[in-house]
Parts: sequence; structure tokens; C-alpha cells
Amino acid sequence: MLRRLIDTRMGLFLAVLFVVTVAVPVGNLVMAGQPVPSYVVALLGKYMTYALLAVALDLVWGYCGILSLGHGAFFALGGYAMGMHLMREIGTRGVYGDPVLPDFMVFLNWEELPWFWLGFDSFWFAMAMVMLVPGALAFVFGWFAFRSRVTGVYLSIITQAMTYALMLAFFRNEMGFGGNNGLTDFKDILGYDLQADQTRAGLFVAAAIALAAGLLVARYITTSKLGKVLVAVRDAESRTRFLGYRVEGFKLFVFVVSAMMAGIAGAIYTPLVGIINPGEFSPANSIEIVIWVALGGRGTLVGAAIGAIIVALSRTLLTSWFPELWLFVLGGMFILVTLVLPHGVLGAVEQGLRKFRRRRPLVEN
Amino acid sequence: MPPSPGWRGADRFQGTASYMQKNQQAKERSRQGSAVIARAIPLAWLATVFLFAAAMLLALAPAWSQAGKFEDLVNALPEGSYSDRAGVVGAIAATGDARALGVLQSLTEGQLFKQKAGGRIVALSASGDPARMIDAITGEDLGPYSKSAVKKIKVNNGLRREIRTAIGVLSLTSADPQARLKAAEAAFASGDPAQLEALDTAMSAESDREVATALAEARAVAILNTDAPVSDKLKAIEVLAMRGDRDAQGILMPLRDDADLSGPVREALEEIEQRQMLWGLAQNVWYGLSLGSVLLLAAIGLAITFGVMGVINMAHGELVMLGAYTTFAVQEAIRTAAPALFDWSLLIAAPLAFVVAGGVGIAIERGVVRHLYGRPLETLLATWGISLMLQQAVRSIFGPNNREVGNPGWMSGAFEIGAMTVTWNRLWILVFALLVFAGLLTLLKRTAMGLQMRAVTQNRPMAAEMGINTGRVDALTFGLGAGIGGLAGVALSQIDNVSPNLGQSYIVDSFMVVVFGGAGNLWGALAGAFTLGVANKFLEPFAGAVLAKILVLVFIILFIQKRPRGLFALRGRAVEA
Repeated sequence: MLRRLIDTRMGLFLAVLFVVTVAVPVGNLVMAGQPVPSYVVALLGKYMTYALLAVALDLVWGYCGILSLGHGAFFALGGYAMGMHLMREIGTRGVYGDPVLPDFMVFLNWEELPWFWLGFDSFWFAMAMVMLVPGALAFVFGWFAFRSRVTGVYLSIITQAMTYALMLAFFRNEMGFGGNNGLTDFKDILGYDLQADQTRAGLFVAAAIALAAGLLVARYITTSKLGKVLVAVRDAESRTRFLGYRVEGFKLFVFVVSAMMAGIAGAIYTPLVGIINPGEFSPANSIEIVIWVALGGRGTLVGAAIGAIIVALSRTLLTSWFPELWLFVLGGMFILVTLVLPHGVLGAVEQGLRKFRRRRPLVEN
Repeated sequence: MPPSPGWRGADRFQGTASYMQKNQQAKERSRQGSAVIARAIPLAWLATVFLFAAAMLLALAPAWSQAGKFEDLVNALPEGSYSDRAGVVGAIAATGDARALGVLQSLTEGQLFKQKAGGRIVALSASGDPARMIDAITGEDLGPYSKSAVKKIKVNNGLRREIRTAIGVLSLTSADPQARLKAAEAAFASGDPAQLEALDTAMSAESDREVATALAEARAVAILNTDAPVSDKLKAIEVLAMRGDRDAQGILMPLRDDADLSGPVREALEEIEQRQMLWGLAQNVWYGLSLGSVLLLAAIGLAITFGVMGVINMAHGELVMLGAYTTFAVQEAIRTAAPALFDWSLLIAAPLAFVVAGGVGIAIERGVVRHLYGRPLETLLATWGISLMLQQAVRSIFGPNNREVGNPGWMSGAFEIGAMTVTWNRLWILVFALLVFAGLLTLLKRTAMGLQMRAVTQNRPMAAEMGINTGRVDALTFGLGAGIGGLAGVALSQIDNVSPNLGQSYIVDSFMVVVFGGAGNLWGALAGAFTLGVANKFLEPFAGAVLAKILVLVFIILFIQKRPRGLFALRGRAVEA
């Protein structure tokens, strides 16, 4: 079982992830002089959630051929579910001091909590919603789309329409999600102060664990028999159908699982960043997720995570060093990866390694 | 409409009190104002007589009421209290003298003075720097303006209001029909019965039909504000029902419960309501068509590349943006080099935008897209990358802010059809979109190149076997689609902000049009664009702009379930690819 899940690249990645997960909090909290500043902890935590999001997309795109341009929507929905809980946690410490209503509702003169906010004062209810809401949306959307065999670019475009429509909806104040300011000014999570280094380190570890778990779940699915059917669907959908498989069921399953993973990523992202707003739904964000996966290596899981981290890291560095250049670099990545690196960075590295080994056949692995 | 007898003379102000109670405050105020005039006129006359009795022979007194009336009234302007002067202003207007307008305008602008030595009334001349003084009555030049030599004739807000009304009455007889129309509309808005006489005079002399209608409507409102006989008021209500807009509705509303008029007023209101609804419908259809034409322009180029090559060009929005910036550049060049050509700027910019965007499109096809045929999803990503780079390039060159693109004369302004306003720029864009569509259709159906394009769309390998250079057709098709995006940019520059984000705001919408209409089908794009445009504008009044858009998106998502290949699905082998 373990051997099936953990091959060389997965093992290597998890080992590195483990070392980082231990080293960063230690460097931040324990060691004298704080060699790892607090903002770096939050930043790395954010990268981890991006990586998990990329793994989720790789699961549907890399293994099932569903190019979703709306995965940002699932991520944002998870984030909003978490944000709603954090808003309720603020309690009387808000600007208006209302024990039940979040500040923006008081500001809009709302009398009572809308029904869809009920229950979010419970952490576990919120955690359930983090997975259920994106999952339910994916289920309904996928059920309609896959059943009527909307595929290829058409599917991509309607997923884009989905996230675009959600963005417009969440921008509306009347929706009850804080309008274009989104949800912010969180105070604490489960009683721990969000500004404290310890909490931040805890969230970082949670992100790392979620990433590892996500990778393993995805790996479990893709290496199972079901995973083989998924790949068959990706490569020859009609043929798989003719062989007697209910293609839409398989697609729906993997789409919903992926949406839930994206939701979890969003839920950890929100407290780390301290805000969730409708901008997360923007179609551009969702398309960027695709480039993370493509850059790292489509259909490799680990590659997707690496791709997300590479892009996020270069964004952080470039936007502070040469803000003008960033979009050129990002755009260039899109073009180069599709033209030159069809298997992504991971694919290229492994191919290079294989060539290297073939040249020296005496060295066995 | 003939002026009704019994409506002339000072007795028309009797009984206004009963109206004052009925009408809203605003009207009350104007009524009070006119009552002031009525009271003040005799006072002013007295004052005039008193002040100039010393200067004039008493024997001449009957004569000045005829010949010297205007001059004496003007000379009386600095005297007396504000309410006295209000009466004088009304009297000046009533003389109908050609100079009256100028004097009143100077007065309201605070540019009318009394000379300390000699007591002549002087105004500042409109031209000349430093300002010169001219005699307000004779127009004689009295040398440069000096502050110490004159005393300003002061006005307060109440007086200004009187002057405005007086100017309105005077403008009713202006030689310029536009000015008369404006005056008639102002009279309509004020509804002041004091204007009745002036309106009647103006109507009997009016030859322009539009102005005559406006005058009749203004007169109807004025009549409703008096205690004229019911038969006159009924006629007035009819006139207002014919007008049938919101203003007429607002005037009739308070009369709904009037004992004598309630029946006809209710009928008229109903009629107006119905007409308003029809015009509202027409206006919505027009807005929808206008939005549809914009969508069509933005989407049609996309439809070609998507249909013929199965390629999703995510950079299409940026090609539109390039077209808009080309327009900006052309206008800048014209502004500096040949300002006279400004009205032609769009016609010059259109072919340039086509060439610029088309050129970039061909470069994209040759450089990137060509290597990705058969991999539509990768093409989507690569073109998205190109779109990011184009955005940043334009931002680096032109700056991140909105750029000002002017409307040529023939594209600015609006005209009215009934209760519907149509702006010229929207109308021209609709015409332009239809022209582009027709041109494209001709190109595809009537030319050799179009034949080749269609052949490649339907069956690429077969077309290649028949000797068509599919690579060349691909490049030209992509260039054509891109060039049309550039043309769309020229049109959009007229109604939208020209900024590096211009393309982004249209990309999702234009995809929706293509997906809804069915890829690769021009008629599909046409039907899709106009359906979505009209649907959007019809939902807006009920749901608000944002929710309407969301509803349309949801509708498209559901529609795709029913017809996964769009409204006009393409048949042929290309579909299976």
C-alpha cells in the first residue's frame, strides 16, 4: 500500500516537505534571533495552500482531462466558509460591538443574521462547509455538464463563466458576504490570536499537512483501478464509454473530490492571509492555477505542487524587484511551457536524468 | 389652439389662492412670485411716474407709455425695493423690445450699472479687454469701465428668479427656433400662469411645428394652474396626454382627485402609462441591440478563429485593446499635425487598427499557435500568456491610466424618437457592427479565400488534399479574426475607457456569445450577440445590472447542457476533433 503511494518523486517531495515543516517553525519560534521572520512563515503557508490547490487541479486536468478554469471558485468558497466562521469568532470585538452580526451587516443596517450564516459559529460546522459547499457546487455543475457531454474548450469556458458569475455575485453587498471588501479583520481561530507567531506557525504546519494529505489522497485515487479508468477517459473518452464505463460518473467523482481539496486549501489560506474577497473568484486567478500545473508537470501531482511554489515564489520576488516585468514573465511562462515543456519542469528534469543514466548504463538505480 | 377669452387682463390672478393650497410647494412659490409681479406692476409705474415727473413735462406723461416705455423702465431699474424692481423687470419683458433681453441678461449677471454722473444705465460690453461701458438703451460706447464712476444695480435671488422668467418670456419670440423651443420647455417646466399671455402671443406667431407643440403644451400646463373653465382644462389635459411623458404624468397626477377633472385625468394618465410602457419596451430593445452590437463586434473575430481553427484565442480581448489604442494614437497624431481632420479620425484609424491587430494576430499564429494545432487547451494557455504580455506592454508604453479618445462631431450627441433617446455613437456602432458582419459574410461566401477557409473548417485533411495551403489559410484566418478585433477596438474606444484592461472586460462576454451562438458560424455569433444583449437589458430593470449579468451567465451554462455545441451547431468532421 505504502509502496504504491510513495514512489521516488513523491518520497523525495514529502521528505523535503517534512524537513521544511519542522525547520520553519523551529527557526521562527525556538531559535534565538528568529532566523525565519514571521512574514516568511505566513508566505510559505500561503504557498502550501497554492500547492494543494494545484494538486487538486492536476487531479482533474492531469488525470481526467477536465480543464477547469473555475477552480479558483472552489478555493474561494472554502475560503469564504472559513472566513464566515472567523467573522463570527470576532463577536463583540468588532467596531460596532454587535455580539452576533459582523460589522459589515451592522453597517448595512441588517437586523438579523441571514439563514446561510447560521451555524458558522461552530468551528466543526464551518469545517464541514469548507468541503461541502465547493463539493456541492462541483456536484451540481459537473452533474449537468458531464451528463450532457460538454467537453474540451466548451467545458473550460463554462467553468470560467461559473467563476465569473460567482465573482459578480460576491461583489454585491446584498449577497451578505461583505461585498467588495470581503471578509477581514479576523481576531482569532479556536481561541488563538491570529497575529501571534505560534498561531501562524500552527497554520503553516496545518497547510503542510493538508498538502501532504492531499497529495496522498490524489495519489491513492490515481493509482487505483478507478485512476486507470480516469486516464482512459482523459485519453479516449468515447472509447472508454463504448467499453461500458459510465464516463460521467467517474468524471463527477474526481471533480467533486478535487473541488473539496480546493476548498480546504482556501480555508487554510484565509486565516493565513487575513482576508478573503471576491477578487479570488476572478477568472484570471483560475487560469493562473492552470499554469502552475502545466509548469510543474501535468499529471504528476508532485510537479503541480512544485509548479505552484515556483510561480508563487517568482511572483513574490519579481513584483517587489521589477513590478513591470512580472506579467511579461508570467505570460512568458504560459507560452514557453506550452511550447517547449509539454511535460513541465518535473518532466524535463526526469527526462534529463533518464538520458544521463542511459549514457552510463553501468550505474544502476 | 385659440387663446381663450377671459384669460387676459389682471383679473387672471384672482382665485390663485385656491390653487396655492392644492399645488406643491414649488408651484406655490412661483405663484407667489407672479402675484408679486401683479402687485408690483402698478407700484413700479407709480415709482416711475414719481421719479421722472421732475425731469419730464407732465404733458408728455401719456406719451411715454407708448414710445418711451422701454427707456423709462430701464431707467427705473435702480430705484425702489427689490419687489418694485421685480415689477419693472416684468414690465420690461412685456414691452417685447429687442433690447430687453440684453439688458435683463446683464442685470442677472450683475453687469448693469448706473453712472454716478448723469444717471445713465450702462452695461459692460460683451467683448473687449479691458471691459468697456456701453449705454444700455442706446448702445453708445461710454469709454473704458471704471469701478468708481458707476454704481452696480444689485439683484437678489428673488429678483433673479423674476428675471429668469422674464428672459424665458422674451426668448419665446426669439428669432432662433432652438431658443424658442428651449424657452417653451422652460415655460412648460415652470407652469406659471403669468406666462399665458406671452405664450398665446408666441403661438399665434409660431411657424415651427415642434416649437408650436411645445408652446401648446406649456400653455396647457399654465391653464391647468389657473381656474379656467372646465372645458378649457379638458382640452389642456388632452394636450398633455398627447405629450405622454413622465413630466406630463407628474403634472396630471395631483389632479387625479379633482372633482371636475378626475375622469378625464385618469383616462389620460392611463393612456400615458401605456405609452410609457411601449416606449420603455422600445428603449430596452434599443439598449439591448446596442449592447448586442458591441458584443457582436468583440465576438465575431473570436468566432472565426474558434470556428475555423478550433483555436481559443484568449488574447482576442487584447487585440481589441490594441485597436482602441491605435485609435488613440491616430487621434493624438491628428491633434498635433492636422486638427482639421479630427472628424475623420475614426475612418483613418479603422484600417490602421485592422492592420495593427491583424499583424499582431498573424505574428501570434506564426510564432505560437501554429505549433499547438490539435491541442486546443494548450493553445488557450499560450494565448492567455500572450494576452498578459500584451497588456503589460501597453501598460508600459501608454501608462496604466485611461486614455482620452474623443468623439468626432458626427458621433456625439443624441436625438429623440418619441420618448426614446438614441445616442449617435451607439447608433453608428450598431451600423458599423452590421457592416463588419456583412463584409465578413461576403468575404466568406463570395471570395476564393472564403471558400478555402470554409473548406478547411469543414474538413482539414481533405482541404489539404485538394491543394489548399492550410497553413497559409490558418495564418490569414487568424489575422482576419484579429484584425476584426482591432476594428471592434476602434468602435469600443468611443463608448468605453481605453485602458490596458479594456480587453479583459470583454473576453468572458465574447466567449459567451461564441459558445451560445455556436462556434464557427457567423449567423450564430449574430444571433447570440443580439439575444444576449437584449436579454441582458430586459433583465436589468427587474434584477439590476449585476444580477442580470449573472442570470444571463447561468442561463448560458444551462443552455450549453441542452445544446453542447451552441445555437447553430456546426456539422461536419471538424466537430469531432
